[in-house]
Amino acid sequence: MKHTLICLVENKPGVLNRVVSLFRRRNFNMDSLTVGRTHNPDISRITVVMEAEPGDGKKVVMMLYKLIDVIEVQDVTNIPTINRDLALVKVRTPDAYARNAVTDLCYERGARLVDIGPEVTIVELAGAEESVESFVEALHQFEIVEMVRTGRVSMGRGIRTMEQRDYKSTRFAAYAPSVNGGGSAEHDDE
Amino acid sequence: MKLTGAEIVWECLLREGVDLVFGYPGGAILPIYDALTKYPQIRHVLPRHEQGGTHMAEGYARATGKVGVMLATSGPGATNLVTGLANAMMDSSPLVAITGQVPLGAIGTDAFQETDVTGCTLPVTKHSYLVTRTEDIAYTIREAFHIARTGRPGPVLVDIPKDVQNKVIEFHYPESELRLPGYNVPGKAHPKEIEAALDLIHSAKRPLILAGHGVLMSGAMDEIRSFAEITQTPVALTLLGKGGFPENHPLCVGMMGMHGTAAANQAIQQSDLLLAFGMRFDDRVTGNLKTYSPDSKKIHVEIDPSEINKNVKVDVGIVGDLKMVLRQLLPKLQTGQHQEWIGQIRDWEEDTSERDILLRLAAHPDGKLWAAQVIAELFRCTEGKALTVSDVGQHQMLEAQYYPHTRPHSLLTSGGLGTMGFGMPAAIGAKLGRPDEEVWAIVGDGGFQMTLTELGTAMQEHVNINIAIINNSFLGMVRQWQEFFYEERYQSTPLKNPDFVKLAAAYDIPARRVSTKEEIEEAVQWARSIDGPTLIEFVVVQNDIVYPMVPAGADLHAMIRRPKPSESPDFENNPTAI
Repeated sequence: MKHTLICLVENKPGVLNRVVSLFRRRNFNMDSLTVGRTHNPDISRITVVMEAEPGDGKKVVMMLYKLIDVIEVQDVTNIPTINRDLALVKVRTPDAYARNAVTDLCYERGARLVDIGPEVTIVELAGAEESVESFVEALHQFEIVEMVRTGRVSMGRGIRTMEQRDYKSTRFAAYAPSVNGGGSAEHDDE
Repeated sequence: MKLTGAEIVWECLLREGVDLVFGYPGGAILPIYDALTKYPQIRHVLPRHEQGGTHMAEGYARATGKVGVMLATSGPGATNLVTGLANAMMDSSPLVAITGQVPLGAIGTDAFQETDVTGCTLPVTKHSYLVTRTEDIAYTIREAFHIARTGRPGPVLVDIPKDVQNKVIEFHYPESELRLPGYNVPGKAHPKEIEAALDLIHSAKRPLILAGHGVLMSGAMDEIRSFAEITQTPVALTLLGKGGFPENHPLCVGMMGMHGTAAANQAIQQSDLLLAFGMRFDDRVTGNLKTYSPDSKKIHVEIDPSEINKNVKVDVGIVGDLKMVLRQLLPKLQTGQHQEWIGQIRDWEEDTSERDILLRLAAHPDGKLWAAQVIAELFRCTEGKALTVSDVGQHQMLEAQYYPHTRPHSLLTSGGLGTMGFGMPAAIGAKLGRPDEEVWAIVGDGGFQMTLTELGTAMQEHVNINIAIINNSFLGMVRQWQEFFYEERYQSTPLKNPDFVKLAAAYDIPARRVSTKEEIEEAVQWARSIDGPTLIEFVVVQNDIVYPMVPAGADLHAMIRRPKPSESPDFENNPTAI
């Protein structure tokens, strides 16, 4: 079955490598992986979709927690979430007929035309994976010349959020004042 | 105070209580070595190979409970650490490895002696750092030691580019609290978990404690003993758990697993409650997971949450420090009686002793020297009080069977990774850490030759270890598998060995060869009387087998056992027949 995991990690070099390497060496297969910033500049958020046995989600969560830079992990497979996948698709639109047909399809599916050129058109759809898939399916009536998808990002519904949202990295800041001539070593928690 | 990055490294090590480091200099770590001349209070031991150095640091760490420190240069120096780090990772030993790296500007250019060390060691370290600012060195080293020694301990690597070592900054030791939002050190159990565990404990008829390395690492020896005595629960040990519970205690049923005692394995299979304390259900102790202890409830107390339900599904999983959790349990325990169960275990033990090779040899001496005799004699001559460090293979299992340990931290061996070559260098580290102990490295002829270069270290540092080579001119354990499972095709297992006595002589190390049982005692006492390293080569029978044996992946109760005299048709003519 497919599992969706969300990890909050420290925004530092090499962290993504640690996370990805864990999946490889424990022999879990990743379906998709997205990583990006959060509203807290010290924290990045990773969404992983993986194919694994039902009981394996918990194992992976526990192993992710062993990584020092991983702050919080949630297996959101079985909780209500909003899921989004974004696709950019470049289709061949050599004539007005094709351009009109693409425009109509986009209108119908809630997709956007984001670039129209003399030969090709780029369309964009963000939505649940199923609607993205069915949209891509429909685009096959034109010639798809290039396509990219971001993979799933997820957010749990409701007021419950992932913890540590107020976390601020001071791991190395403690040293900074003295470098600037501060002198005293009393730069405890802020 | 203005200091270079290199000096800051030593300042920080001093503050971590380090007085002994192992290391091998080279281009990218030269600033740190140069700065060492200003810190004469720190002793530096030079191994002959970086792998040997990591094993020494691990031997030191496991013998003392302190963090072992290993230094190496960039490139090949650092890649040579990998085996030692992997060993420390598998056996949860606290190590900090500090490696030099090419200057920041050269990173990524395939510079001379450049390797992506943090990348190479990623899966075999608990954590690792590439320090890019001199200002970060102090904080990083503090964090590294904290991570190495707390929770489930493990190796941490700190990679420091040469220019970062050279830069001079105003040094202030960061005293502020460590901020590790993703790192929690488990402590006590939740009261609900304690209640759930107590319910199972008090209703069990055939309980069994499985004591692992965690007993030693959390220092829970007294607690586990009280637990066993109050509830009258027998205790089986993992290989690394040896020393956590005295093996001469009436409740001890010995080692479990592939070459464990038959009684321990039978008890596991028949038990109705397994209390897994600080162990991780490794495949070498469980055998086939599908048939593992089928009728038991299971309580697992473990500091690493990822170990709970990883291999064996348990009924109560408690994440916590074993000592603290046992202290929560102890006052609530009701005294137990399990006479019938203990009686059953006694019967199994009796059945085992009938099969014992030593008794058989005592009744029917064949004039040959058997490895088990060497270990048993060593036990007798040292009154069981030595700190033994074994390597990997048949001799390791025989050591585990015939050298019962009664004190904590008195056996060091490579358990999880099974690293041949671990023994002798680890013994050097152990002796340096605990100079008052009598240290014996018990090694096979195969494993010894993987790291025998460290004889040079023992000589140079005058480390008073005794090396017992159990020499059967074979890779004995592999040979045993070939005999059982590959129709006696001894592919690439016979060894043509050097003259170990002459080899020792080249290092100015006194050495002897022993090939009969009668010579053992005198040789052992001779070695004990000499100040400085010694070596004894025991020339033993080649076609020896370690019994019992659970074949890899087989059911734990499906042991291959040495036949009883009554089961051996040719017993009178060939009493040691296998």
